[in-house]
Amino acid sequence: MLKQWQPGASLATLRQRSRVLAQLRDFFQQRQVMEVDVPLLSRATVTDLNIDSIHTINPNPSANPRTSDPAYLQTSPEYFMKRLLASGSGDIYSLGKAFRSAESGHRHNPEFTMLEWYRCGWDEHQLMDEVVELVATLVPDIAVRRCSYGDLFIQHLEVDPHRIELVELQSMAVSASSEAWAHETRGNCLDLLFTVLIEPRLEEGLVLVYDYPSCQSALAQCAEDSQGRRISRRFEAFLNRVELANGYCELTDVAEQTARFAEDQRLRQQSGKAAIAADQHLLAAMQAGLPDSAGVAMGVDRLIMQLQGADSIDQVMPFSWDRC
Amino acid sequence: MSNYSTNEFRSGLKVMLDGDPCSILDNELVKPGKGQAFNRVKLRNLNTGRVLDKTFKSGEQLEAADVMDTDMQYLYTDGDFWYFMEPESFEQHQADEKAVGDALPWLSEQDMVVVTLFNGAPLSVTPPNHVELEIVETDPGLRGDTAQGGSKPAKLVTGAVVKVPLFLDQGEIVRVDTRTGEYQGRVSAK
Repeated sequence: MLKQWQPGASLATLRQRSRVLAQLRDFFQQRQVMEVDVPLLSRATVTDLNIDSIHTINPNPSANPRTSDPAYLQTSPEYFMKRLLASGSGDIYSLGKAFRSAESGHRHNPEFTMLEWYRCGWDEHQLMDEVVELVATLVPDIAVRRCSYGDLFIQHLEVDPHRIELVELQSMAVSASSEAWAHETRGNCLDLLFTVLIEPRLEEGLVLVYDYPSCQSALAQCAEDSQGRRISRRFEAFLNRVELANGYCELTDVAEQTARFAEDQRLRQQSGKAAIAADQHLLAAMQAGLPDSAGVAMGVDRLIMQLQGADSIDQVMPFSWDRC
Repeated sequence: MSNYSTNEFRSGLKVMLDGDPCSILDNELVKPGKGQAFNRVKLRNLNTGRVLDKTFKSGEQLEAADVMDTDMQYLYTDGDFWYFMEPESFEQHQADEKAVGDALPWLSEQDMVVVTLFNGAPLSVTPPNHVELEIVETDPGLRGDTAQGGSKPAKLVTGAVVKVPLFLDQGEIVRVDTRTGEYQGRVSAK
């Protein structure tokens, strides 16, 4: 344990990290996108079934009863940034920390650095182009492939992920893993198959996957694709087979957003997770009017891992959780 | 026995999988940003020695395997079984050929080895990483050939055959790495 006082990253890596952070800021400055440093601590947080927030405890409730409300470390700057968009901020980016409970491993740390940005009036395909431009400023000759989620499933697994029956999906998940998946939801089975069977077979370089299944829409708009399948206008970027970024053509309909929050609550209850109140400030901002926009969040530590050829996130951070 | 959840899986933990005791080699959290977490786990089946890759849902549990590594002294063999003794309790265990397996060419009486017990019975035997054994059969040594390369086969007292330098003779004691079967050096002349 005594050696853990030292940083996980070498000084050379820390210098590269510092250069990358400067290059990212420079990229947006040149494009007149405004940096915003929104709060990391809030009374509200996400309700996603699969994302757990870290929350604070009141150290002295009798002396400070007013601060007994739970406060959450933010899992992304998304809600605050959308409130700024609804206030007329125009294009904005945030480069800061995000927190997710119990996520620790070679590619995960409970506290990590996230780059998130929003482009007003853009759709997800325009934003995918900008993701390519941003990565190309750091890796000039990067190979780029774009492919729909459905085509990847057909290419590698010979099934249409949008139309396959749930029972068939569950039996594929059982073969890929264990009996524990026999009654899993559509979204979880698709995630397993994608991560275990498709992700390792993606090409080297930057792969942009778009048109996600509608059951994985999160905060993206839904639409019909050219073949009449219901899809979500969501994309993910993979860099050398590692999940790097997740983007949406943003949902702006407050009624639909309210319904999705309620569905989150139902799923949380079903899985025995504590209820989390929906962020009323976000809903009020959407009620006031969220401009049409596309937004994306990118893991900066993972980006640096790929630039360095590092196989552990600990090697690119000053102090990962094991050293804190 | 108790159960272990995926978040308790650590390298070296012994668990039951499909009826066989397994040792966990590696446990990696896999979590899509918006998706459910799962664990990609590498395990060694202690019965067959085979290494498996399995994907578990995070939170899934496996039963703990009653597997214990115990230091024991090798006593003797009667041809069918090999007999080992726990030095503190003097308790003896008999292991069959399957359990002794790869350790067989390195076992010499009185040596300390690690016997892995599964439900109290020997599952496998691991010799020390290095053993010192006498050469019982080899071509005559070439005097003065210490500088040249070159090697020749030598049969050791346990039956193992290893490659040794040309200058060594019958009756000399050599040090061998049991993991690779490679000659490490001459210990002393008899």
